[in-house]
Amino acid sequence: MDTLERLLSEHPFFKDLDPRYIQLIAGCAREVTFKAGEFIFREGDPSSHFWLIRSGKISLEVFAPGRGPIMIETLGEGDVMGWSWAVPPYRKQYDARALELTRAIEFDAMCIRGKCDEEPKLGYELFKRFAQIIGQRLQATRLRLIDIYGSHS
Amino acid sequence: MAVTLKPQTIETVQTDPMVPVPYRVLRVRRETKDTFTFELQAVTGERFPFAPGQFTMLYVFGVGEVPISISGDPAHPEILVHTVRAVGTVTKVLCRLKRGDILGVRGPFGSSWPMAEAVGNDILIVAGGVGLAPLRPAIYHVLSHRGEYGRVALLYGARTPGDMLYKKELAEWRGRFDIQVEVTVDAARPDEWHGNVGVVTTLIPRAQFDPYHVTALVCGPEIMMRFTILELQKRGLRDDQMYISMERNMKCAIGFCGHCQYGPNFVCKDGPVFRFDRVKGIFGKREI
Repeated sequence: MDTLERLLSEHPFFKDLDPRYIQLIAGCAREVTFKAGEFIFREGDPSSHFWLIRSGKISLEVFAPGRGPIMIETLGEGDVMGWSWAVPPYRKQYDARALELTRAIEFDAMCIRGKCDEEPKLGYELFKRFAQIIGQRLQATRLRLIDIYGSHS
Repeated sequence: MAVTLKPQTIETVQTDPMVPVPYRVLRVRRETKDTFTFELQAVTGERFPFAPGQFTMLYVFGVGEVPISISGDPAHPEILVHTVRAVGTVTKVLCRLKRGDILGVRGPFGSSWPMAEAVGNDILIVAGGVGLAPLRPAIYHVLSHRGEYGRVALLYGARTPGDMLYKKELAEWRGRFDIQVEVTVDAARPDEWHGNVGVVTTLIPRAQFDPYHVTALVCGPEIMMRFTILELQKRGLRDDQMYISMERNMKCAIGFCGHCQYGPNFVCKDGPVFRFDRVKGIFGKREI
């Protein structure tokens, strides 16, 4: 097992994933580093990649005219960033910026989609894992909608 | 004929749990735009021993009485500390009190955080909004008895950086290196905040503790505690490892009036701190 495959199998997102699949998707991955302050993508960019964060911290931001950038979520070690690569129109919906030096594994989305088409079981496994992430983020958003620390409580 | 009051009679009056004792405001500190911390001292100079998690009834003369959790250090009973958010008629007037003003205090009342039972365990503290105030005495206790506990993690969530309580102390605790402190806010501007953004439940997966030997202390709005318990269960905690602090409309504070009835319990007397397995059946039920 080479270094990249080992890093992938150690990441919580790929916990217990069949080593054959790890080997298959490793061909679409590479290690990347982002400096503090560096933008990783901007709202409206083509969603051509997603990332497994190994260390560091990234903020997802929305720019509101008159208010400036607003951080809506931070992601750190063990998190996954980006799921818009999986569904049309394959566009980024937020800005993503490294808050500190961040190490990640970057996946080429087109390559991954190709592997999923060739190997539907891998696709099913990946989408189950992404569905869990999307569900967690939806629940976190709903909790913020109801203002769980609000003064009415 | 002159009547001399016997000391015993005076003692009886002072210890009646329904009679407020006069306390003087020594110091007021603004925590957020609507939340203030008060340091109080008995006019008689008497000490105020209490256990972490207990509350008092604060009486603003001529306005009314409210239950407020004690947020000071149990090792310093000479000063009674309360953090109060101005949300109702009484608390709004209370938050306008100045140094030297007098108010009435009854208590301490209610159950406490299980500091003795938790000895030997890891401690996980999860607080939301002003829910950090009732947990602060437990934090003081853990830090002053640090060798009796294993790993300690404090997870705190607030709406914005401006809504956070005890910012200076949070920074100090974080700087101790023997307690994991993670703070998150719902949203923030990048130029005002460099910490986590997201609800407090998102911090739970990264908290460091042994799920088999941990005691979790949770305090915040009920809805926050519900979702926190779900996340703690995902980490493998049993119901008897989790403690929550409940809030209800308390009036007498000694289990007479029934205003704070919560299923078979009175929050003022049986709570406010409950072991979760003891209220699990009624917790989150909209009819109760």
